Amino acid sequence: MENLIVSSSPHIHSRATTRNIMRDVVIALLPATVAAIVLFGFKAALMIAVCVASAILSEFFFSLIAKKKQTIGDLSAVVTGLLLALNLSTKVELWQCMLGSMFAIIIVKCVFGGLGKNFANPAITGRIFLVIAFGAVAGGAHTVFTPEISAGATPLEIIKSGSGTLPSLFNMLIGNRGGAIGETCAIALIIGFVYLLCRKVISWHIPVVFVGTVFVLSLIVKQDLTIALYEVLGGGLLIGAIFMATDYVTSPMGRLAKVIFAFGCGVITVLIRFWGSYPEGVSFAILFMNILSPYIEKIHIIKPLGGIKNVKK
Amino acid sequence: MMSEKKKLSILLKGIIKENPVLILVLGTCPTLATTSSVISAFSMGLVATLVLVCSNIVISALRKIIPDTVRIPCYIVIIASFVTIMQMLLEAYLPSIYDMLGVYLALIVVNCIILGRAEMYARKNTVVDSALDGLGMGIGFLLALLVMATIREVFGAGSFAGFTIPYLESFKIPILTQAPGGYLVFGLVIAGMNVLTAKRGGVKRKSFACDGCAMKESCSGECSENKEKEDKADV
Repeated sequence: MENLIVSSSPHIHSRATTRNIMRDVVIALLPATVAAIVLFGFKAALMIAVCVASAILSEFFFSLIAKKKQTIGDLSAVVTGLLLALNLSTKVELWQCMLGSMFAIIIVKCVFGGLGKNFANPAITGRIFLVIAFGAVAGGAHTVFTPEISAGATPLEIIKSGSGTLPSLFNMLIGNRGGAIGETCAIALIIGFVYLLCRKVISWHIPVVFVGTVFVLSLIVKQDLTIALYEVLGGGLLIGAIFMATDYVTSPMGRLAKVIFAFGCGVITVLIRFWGSYPEGVSFAILFMNILSPYIEKIHIIKPLGGIKNVKK
Repeated sequence: MMSEKKKLSILLKGIIKENPVLILVLGTCPTLATTSSVISAFSMGLVATLVLVCSNIVISALRKIIPDTVRIPCYIVIIASFVTIMQMLLEAYLPSIYDMLGVYLALIVVNCIILGRAEMYARKNTVVDSALDGLGMGIGFLLALLVMATIREVFGAGSFAGFTIPYLESFKIPILTQAPGGYLVFGLVIAGMNVLTAKRGGVKRKSFACDGCAMKESCSGECSENKEKEDKADV
């Protein structure tokens, strides 16, 4: 009987189920996942496994205890766990990964009513929880290829502190630099972006405007093209803009609202990076705009057919 | 016999059914501020309970003398006197706790629970009932603080009342002892309390009007009038 859905018109049949979309996101994340394991070794694989497994188990047990419908089949817990793992550095211990996953699924998602009702992106909030809870653990760790370079400081930390040598731009592109395991390999992330665009899972507005805002503002502030490029490729900007800021639940739907949302993300990121105390601000920016997105969405509320303009009483 | 039972229920309602922190959500500031360690939470709860019982007794005894129009200033003066006494006693005999509580000790003067019980209960009830109410509410406050402080200190600092717990120490989550962790634990404990009371059929939360209000019993008259107004507005 579960397949029998009674709803009002329009009755359009589509393959765009939650499960299909989430499967596409997982496929789009595969290049970054492979790059993470190649670049950061066995620990990265272990972290991904722990995060995904504990995300699925948390959702399973929460549904069981709260007597809710079992929702692990829609794969959204897999995406949350995978994204969270890719946003952590290998300095994070495994039990901390597990805790972050549990926090993301139970406190950010399930307590608010499950997928579609969460006010913030679970993976982002899980990462922020770990950053605040355990200090700088989400910062950089060096890759297996360059253990000697700058002791694992991320490019953004190097720019901020002004000491140490920046990796070359080519190394930045292939991901041979310090940072969270999934955020370093720009090429893998862009492959994922193109895949998502082709499958029409996301539109180009949020990632392009987000990255563009950061690039242009960095260029204006620093007056230096190279630094601006490092600002785009370093840190978690690409993975954040492509996979986290485009989350359906916590970002606006309308085109103009998307552009405003992404612009806000970019501005806050730049503010935190240049004038804040943290070297990286992408996750805070996305969380902040997540909270604002229902209000941004309001510019798109359209008059229903035959409706009249809202008259003030 | 009947009246004894009633007296007991006055005392006990503050602990679960009308717990000032977890059901009425009063006194949130000291709850968040002093529960980062068990010792400071315990001393805070104890001091607040003593002040609450004393101020309830005095306010209830003076309830026919205090003019209605200036009652809040009068309550504040009475509460502030007791807080000052407690402050001086602590400074003289337990200086370490005095230092630990810091400004929150003086802030007991404006603690919502104490002022709330004076306004809602002591000014309408006899001295004995008010003393029992104050004691029950104080114990409820103390227990809520202890539960929160235990969670925060054990998982946040890996210790209990200053003694380190050997195994947990390497798995501590420092965020719990900081402000954001305070809010997190507060929310979780309230959620747990709601589950608990829902199962026992204690506090019904189905209605946002007077029926769902935990203060229904202590709130006289004004409450039912509002309810009627709401009903009319709905029609």
